[in-house]
Amino acid sequence: MSQAVETSNSGMSGKELVEASRSFAFTTKLEAILAWGRKNSLWPMPYGTACCGIEFMSVMGPKYDIARFGAEVVRFSPRQADLLIVAGTITEKMAPILLHIYEQMLEPKFVISMGACASSGGFYRAYHVLQGIDRIIPVDVFVPGCPPAPEAVMDGVMVLQRMIAENHPRPWVKNWKRPAWIKPVG
Amino acid sequence: MSMQNLENLKAELSSFVSKERFDSFKFYVTPVGDDVLEVPKEDIVPVVRFLRESGKFDFLMDVCGADYLNNMQGRQKRFDVVYHFFSSRTYQRLRVKAQVGENERIDSITSVWKCANWFERETYDMFGIEFANHPYLTRLLCHHEFVGHPLRKDYVADQQQHCSSALPLHFPPDPNWNPEGRSLVPLNIGPSHPATHGTLRIMAEIEGETIARANVELGYLHRCFEKMAETHPYNQVIPYTDRLNYCSAPMNNIGYCKTVERLLGVEIPPKAQAMRIILAELSRIIDHFVCIGANAVDLGALSTFFYLFTYREMVYSLFEKLCGARLTVSLTRVGGMAQDAPPGWFDEVLEVCKKIRAGIDDLERLLSGNKIWIQRTQGVGAISAEDAIAWGYTGPCLRAAGVNLDLRKVQPYYFYDQLDFDVPIGSTGDVYDRYLVRVAEMRESLKIIEQVAKNVPEGDYTVRDKGVVLPEKKDVYGNIEGLMNHFMLIIKGLRPPVGEIYDVTEAANGELGFYLVSDGSGRPYRLHVRPPCFAIYQSFPEQITGGLVADVIAILGSMNLIGGELDR
Repeated sequence: MSQAVETSNSGMSGKELVEASRSFAFTTKLEAILAWGRKNSLWPMPYGTACCGIEFMSVMGPKYDIARFGAEVVRFSPRQADLLIVAGTITEKMAPILLHIYEQMLEPKFVISMGACASSGGFYRAYHVLQGIDRIIPVDVFVPGCPPAPEAVMDGVMVLQRMIAENHPRPWVKNWKRPAWIKPVG
Repeated sequence: MSMQNLENLKAELSSFVSKERFDSFKFYVTPVGDDVLEVPKEDIVPVVRFLRESGKFDFLMDVCGADYLNNMQGRQKRFDVVYHFFSSRTYQRLRVKAQVGENERIDSITSVWKCANWFERETYDMFGIEFANHPYLTRLLCHHEFVGHPLRKDYVADQQQHCSSALPLHFPPDPNWNPEGRSLVPLNIGPSHPATHGTLRIMAEIEGETIARANVELGYLHRCFEKMAETHPYNQVIPYTDRLNYCSAPMNNIGYCKTVERLLGVEIPPKAQAMRIILAELSRIIDHFVCIGANAVDLGALSTFFYLFTYREMVYSLFEKLCGARLTVSLTRVGGMAQDAPPGWFDEVLEVCKKIRAGIDDLERLLSGNKIWIQRTQGVGAISAEDAIAWGYTGPCLRAAGVNLDLRKVQPYYFYDQLDFDVPIGSTGDVYDRYLVRVAEMRESLKIIEQVAKNVPEGDYTVRDKGVVLPEKKDVYGNIEGLMNHFMLIIKGLRPPVGEIYDVTEAANGELGFYLVSDGSGRPYRLHVRPPCFAIYQSFPEQITGGLVADVIAILGSMNLIGGELDR
């Protein structure tokens, strides 16, 4: 910086100064650089309950390796994660716990619903299965499949990364209301 | 053979109970060869006590209910409670049934067979059948706010009921429990905890590092498999079976299809049998990979998991080549396989076997002599053969305790009896022995696959019975008969004869049993699964009590609990 000041003192025009600064600096908006950092260091909390959880292991595993997308730091504490990946069937019994976990996560937070069961109950149109987690928490990306292939999960992560980079509006989060039937904890 | 066993049982039982009681018992052999004993509900405890104390049967494999609301002909009472016994000495099986009416109670058999505990709780949960003198008759699978009993025929399958909260820590009543003067700290693990692999909840009170008492809660993955099976045609149940033990999905397909085929009286062609054996053994290997890999991760050895998943991916690729899916494959159909293997597939299987063998060598170098692994697992979770049998252990966990019982050997199905393989046995039943048994079993599975894949029988991959299997597409579109057969089978569904059957296969976790009741329609009237890890997990609270908190995780991982199978 001091070097730039000296040069400008030595009589460079404003345009020349901008040209010269390209070698050591770049300009951006604060929110853009925040989004850039955020999208490349998503820390997932895998909420694996069933078959999709096993397929998520593959996503973490050596062949597919989600680390290439900066999302390999798996945290099982919701306080330390910003991406909730719900992988597997959520039953009515599990619903209050899932909501509790979501509420414990700090902003900004994102949710990927992996697979048919989490997204809609899947082919379990059944008495004990929640018919989609979007009934209790806001979901950013739905990944179809039963279970989705690891490529599909990565695609879901990349869609989310684009949404973060573009600061995509998230009305589902803004308009989300806590489901009335689940009691607050504590 | 079967008749003879039943005659013997009859003779012995007649001297054990009074004449007028004995006259109300019914003995018969079903058309598929299952021995059945029907008793009035008042006699259930003396009868099961006789079965145990006479040494005729040492395993209580399963207890379940059945609701005959829509099917009351020839019956006085609405419900059946069905018990399945097995003898590890003679390999005989016996089904005992007792009828129970609405608002009636039946005596609990937990005082004789302690492993009946959870099975009876499940029956109460699903059917509302009350068991008198049960130590802790509460819901097992459905949430605590659930109203009604879902497997009753008058409960609508998709009538959901929301749950507002999770239960606080709770323990079954214990007259010997005395917290006076002890400093107890409550500890809750799960259901969302990395070591519980998803859906298990362990509740404990600890004194220092020691577990003073413990309890577990199930049902966080209860996705109504049995109700779904009742509302779908036979072949459409197959995808649901995939999701029981999803770590080894093809094995569940095979177990279910084999049950329906036996009830139908269909013998599948040799090529289909060969493909099923290969798939079953590949599944056993990848199931053990997940079990060992996850067990090691929980104890801090992450690299094992990465090594093993490399090989698991290879098997996934084989499945993908066969059907397009990786995990939940639905590869079988009633009557054979869904389709033939692509050209060269069996050679690829042999190639993958070679790589997996090298992988298992790697695994053994990583773990078998690893000091930390040995210290964390040896002597941890040890169980005697006697206790293991009493709890209804089957599969690797039972064999690790030193019991030589493998259904592929003692009740061979397909052509397992013509194959050369050994059954690895442990001695102490601890976590390390379970690990060793699993490793040895994988090597035996490789042996089996290689024998079969080198000599695949020629012929068709499915039977061609037009009442069971859809005709090939070229016939559907090419001739009127094919089209009609296709139409009839889709509209009417395949219809097994009226009757019932309990059939078993040796799955990765142990005895996977299906109890199927057919009323002659296109859908199962009742389908119950006997999940192997259910019985094993039942012993868990007792196993961890008195031990260290850290050992809880080691024992949990070694039991290979799969939520889909446990909670169904």
